[in-house]
Amino acid sequence: MSAAAAPKVWLLHLAVIGLLAALQFLLPDYHHGVVAKVMVLAVFAIGYNLLFGYTGLLSLGHAMFFAAGLYGTGLAIQHLGWSAPLALLAGVVVGALLALVIGLLALRTTGVAFMIVTMMFAQVLYLTILYFSRWTMGDQGFVLPQGVRAVDLAGLRLDLTDPATRYWCALSLFAVALFASLAVVRSRYGRVLIAIRENEERTRMLGYDTFSSKLLAVVASGTISAAAGASYALLFGYVGASFASIQYSILPLLWVLLGGAATTLGPLAGTLFMQYAVDIASGFTSAWLLLVGLALILLVLFFPRGMLGTLRERWLGWLP
Amino acid sequence: MSAPPLVETKGLSRSFGGLKAVDNVDFALPPGEVRALIGPNGAGKTTFVSLICGRLEPSSGTIAFDGKDITDLPAHRRVRQGIAYTFQITSVFANLTAYDNVALAAQRVHEDRHRRSERVLRRSILDALERTGLADRAAQQAKHLAYGHQRLLEVAMGLALQPRLLILDEPTQGLSDGEIDNFVGLVKEIARKATVLLIEHNMDCVMRLADSITVMEAGRILAEGAPAAIRADARVQRAYLGTAA
Repeated sequence: MSAAAAPKVWLLHLAVIGLLAALQFLLPDYHHGVVAKVMVLAVFAIGYNLLFGYTGLLSLGHAMFFAAGLYGTGLAIQHLGWSAPLALLAGVVVGALLALVIGLLALRTTGVAFMIVTMMFAQVLYLTILYFSRWTMGDQGFVLPQGVRAVDLAGLRLDLTDPATRYWCALSLFAVALFASLAVVRSRYGRVLIAIRENEERTRMLGYDTFSSKLLAVVASGTISAAAGASYALLFGYVGASFASIQYSILPLLWVLLGGAATTLGPLAGTLFMQYAVDIASGFTSAWLLLVGLALILLVLFFPRGMLGTLRERWLGWLP
Repeated sequence: MSAPPLVETKGLSRSFGGLKAVDNVDFALPPGEVRALIGPNGAGKTTFVSLICGRLEPSSGTIAFDGKDITDLPAHRRVRQGIAYTFQITSVFANLTAYDNVALAAQRVHEDRHRRSERVLRRSILDALERTGLADRAAQQAKHLAYGHQRLLEVAMGLALQPRLLILDEPTQGLSDGEIDNFVGLVKEIARKATVLLIEHNMDCVMRLADSITVMEAGRILAEGAPAAIRADARVQRAYLGTAA
């Protein structure tokens, strides 16, 4: 049945990428930068959504995967003098390995215990970053020098500090993550993840090793989140401990809930909305958190399935 | 009856605290048979089949399937060896379509046999839905199906697993008489290819389906034999049939 909607689904996702590409030429400088940042953070949300939305595992420690990518890349450049592409790879690999270890340990628990265990591990990483402030510069963080934030590609030099280049890179990363997540959730494996979310015991009794499936989901989710962190370091040049704090574990949850859990486009919608809600509210009052909080409460009250989730429920049943 | 048993348990026990739900049960089920498992409520029937399919671990004793010891095999591996269990309490994926429910069962088998074709997978899903009469409800969410259809969906999922042993736990509970008739026909058809172990309270249904009957009481096997012999057994009548027959 979902096969019938396939062309529509692919066209919609291509159209979203096309729209983001067109915005590159239309947006004024300031918004141009914001949207580039939103796209990178939306990749983080896509990673989170794979685990939370589709597999039904609520992690409160995803900041550790984003931070693993951020610091994996940042430290490799800062202290090992690695080139940008190599450092990017390092960040992603570090995130994947961390996700594997955390998955093996945390998946021994379920439900609330899983939330707490993931949160604790994230705190461990956060405190570790502060403890080794000799290398990480602790709370303050460090800024990657402009010169190293570049990629030499067959004689062509991509300067990642250039806004246009940065936008294209963020868009490419986002497109890869979006289509990867779309492919996963429409695959046989995606069907199993959803089944685990709906009823794990039943899934096991259909012959699925649910532990392995969940572990793979944690690793995929952690790797995508780490890719977002690693790219953030290169594209925006700042590596700081705040990205490992509890706030950055809660944010992807909020983005996904706002945009619509278990929808492929929800992470982008939620991240974009939240970014601009904060932006606009802080523009005219110092009590902006109050306004943002109010907006969140109203959204959750009236659209508990998030923006895309509500669209799917009421009008567009074919949305993935 | 000389064929080596498909399922064999020796000294199988399971306690919950002080309660011996299954108590030292020796049981053998030859391939190709339809075996009914009957007994009063609390006799340990569901616990017993849960031990066979791996949802519960035994306190002691061994379980063999097709001659191989499976006592320590996790449930999902047993399913892949060919043991399918349909739940007593309807346990379909409520938010998924009937099609996707069956797809989850079918794709398990296809992957084990390294079949990658989506078209072939689709055909076997539709086949299981057709055999259970659910084909025209494929696109409905399971929670929107009538209760009887949800029970049939359970069976369709069991079918799609292409099991060698299909365990049905009170499949006719809550079904109307007409639905039960359909169901008996369906189980007869399934039994041509698979061995069936059926927990059932509806004696009419048991008599129509079972090649032989095992009666459990208080965790033990009270009697075993052909339907006619069981019906005539005085102990069974006292323990169980007394009120029903």
